[in-house]
Amino acid sequence: MSLFNIFNIAGSAMTAQSQRLNVVASNLANVDSATGPDGKPYRAKQVVFSTTPIAGQAGEGVQVAAVVEDSSPMKVVYDPQHPMANAQGYVTLPNVNPVDEMVNMISASRSYQNNVDVMNTSKNLLIKTLTIGQ
Amino acid sequence: MAGRIDQMLQFQQTALNLRAVRQELIASNIANADTPNYKAKDIDFASALQGALSGSGGKLPVAATSPQHLAGATGESVMGAPVLYRKPLQPSADGNTVDMDVEQAQFADNALRYEASLKFISEDVKDVLSALQGF
Repeated sequence: MSLFNIFNIAGSAMTAQSQRLNVVASNLANVDSATGPDGKPYRAKQVVFSTTPIAGQAGEGVQVAAVVEDSSPMKVVYDPQHPMANAQGYVTLPNVNPVDEMVNMISASRSYQNNVDVMNTSKNLLIKTLTIGQ
Repeated sequence: MAGRIDQMLQFQQTALNLRAVRQELIASNIANADTPNYKAKDIDFASALQGALSGSGGKLPVAATSPQHLAGATGESVMGAPVLYRKPLQPSADGNTVDMDVEQAQFADNALRYEASLKFISEDVKDVLSALQGF
């Protein structure tokens, strides 16, 4: 039944988008983390989406294929007072770009909303289908 | 008699099934709006319905045992109707061809037409019931 499949498809997209939102939250939270558990500054993370087939059906869902680290250069700031400053007085800070992260956040939340709408519509259609002839 | 009722509902039933399949395809387009290299898919509803009603759809793909064989009916199909790709109006840099406005509009349109088919079936059932009950 195709309409039931929509729950799987929209559901997988919602899971993927909320994972993306999670990564954005972690990036924004760590925007100033000059040191992490391994002693190195935090690196921004990005999710990679890929399509995933749903049990032999025509429609395809979404999954997070990988969470990759952003390879852009780290932010280097001159701050001799900072405890993590090197001999020249420079501190290496995370390569998180708050503007990119905000854009990502809005995009993820909009996509999530779209999929909720899809699910609601399908639910209504199914309920109406169950009342045929009444 | 049961055969007649079945025949009576056949058209709307086929249409309803095809609408549900199309709804699934559009839902997967919306779900994959952020997936790189995803190509938006849809079916040509009119020809798909004609194919499903006449029984001419559902061609099986041809098994090729040599690379020199001609390709048969390969590719994706739902209920015998070939799955087509949408022509992107404004292609994006990541190779994704989902246009959210188009998909949302088609999704709402298809949902409404699904409801219309439901209504027709409902009325058909009511007709049969009133014929059976005599008033």
